[in-house]
Amino acid sequence: MHSFHEFLTMGGFAAYVWPAYAVGLVVFVGSGWQSRRGLSKALARAARRAQEVEK
Amino acid sequence: MFTWLHKLGSPPVLYRFAERAAPWCKWTAFALLAAGLVGGLILAPPDYQQGDGFRIIYIHVPSAILSLFVFAYMAVASAVGLIWRLRMAHAVTAAAAPLGAAFTLMALVTGSLWGKPMWGTFWVWDARLTSELVLFFIYLGYMAVANAFPDQRTGDRAGAILALVGAIDVPIVHYSVHWWATLHQGATLKLSGSNMPASMLWPLLVMMVAFLLYFGWLLTIRLRTEILRRERRASWVMRLAGQ
Repeated sequence: MHSFHEFLTMGGFAAYVWPAYAVGLVVFVGSGWQSRRGLSKALARAARRAQEVEK
Repeated sequence: MFTWLHKLGSPPVLYRFAERAAPWCKWTAFALLAAGLVGGLILAPPDYQQGDGFRIIYIHVPSAILSLFVFAYMAVASAVGLIWRLRMAHAVTAAAAPLGAAFTLMALVTGSLWGKPMWGTFWVWDARLTSELVLFFIYLGYMAVANAFPDQRTGDRAGAILALVGAIDVPIVHYSVHWWATLHQGATLKLSGSNMPASMLWPLLVMMVAFLLYFGWLLTIRLRTEILRRERRASWVMRLAGQ
């Protein structure tokens, strides 16, 4: 890569390269967010149950 | 080693192991992803035939390899769960399935985005592409079957059998380019080495390790969720939640 313009245009393949990386980003961020959200919910449920048992 | 593996069959031990492994997997994966992206998108020279379009391999090949690896891993865990009746082996399989499906979908979409400029079409019913699509449906099938029963054990057993039967597709995907005349090119990486120059190869290897560690990080999170769901009535979960 010699310039930023070359980097962005990807030698004429930008229409394929950048969407491929965008798909990768969506899968990474999406699966990460969904996994973390699932754990937070499970911990919250467990905490609620522990409180109920204590009562 | 077997003693260590046996210990991991205990839910609290496996939970704590996953909790401790998570940050190591996460930060190493992020560091390697950054290095791999810089190497693959900036430092690697354009391919002499495919130009800069070849850079899609840095995301396509790791996701495709991971799609096979995760299913093989699920099949081994399912076998362990069925043979030794280790409940946590089924939890590991259940936690890995959605991640494997996501990586398979990524491999299919990025592969078709590579196929359009190189082959002139987004999709062909070629043996490699079709068997990879079948793998995606097997992942979905596993998730549907494992969650279809009100009884956890029945769901685990049905899912494990499907994972073992579905594992037949893993060698079919891998060897499809040898067994049939496919449009898809042969393996980029072989155990005997690679034809790629080092400047193109190292970012690919780095990205593969980064994807594996990212999967490992998400697996530690999903596994803890799965353990909490399955062990919700256990006293150690109550103590953990009370902290």
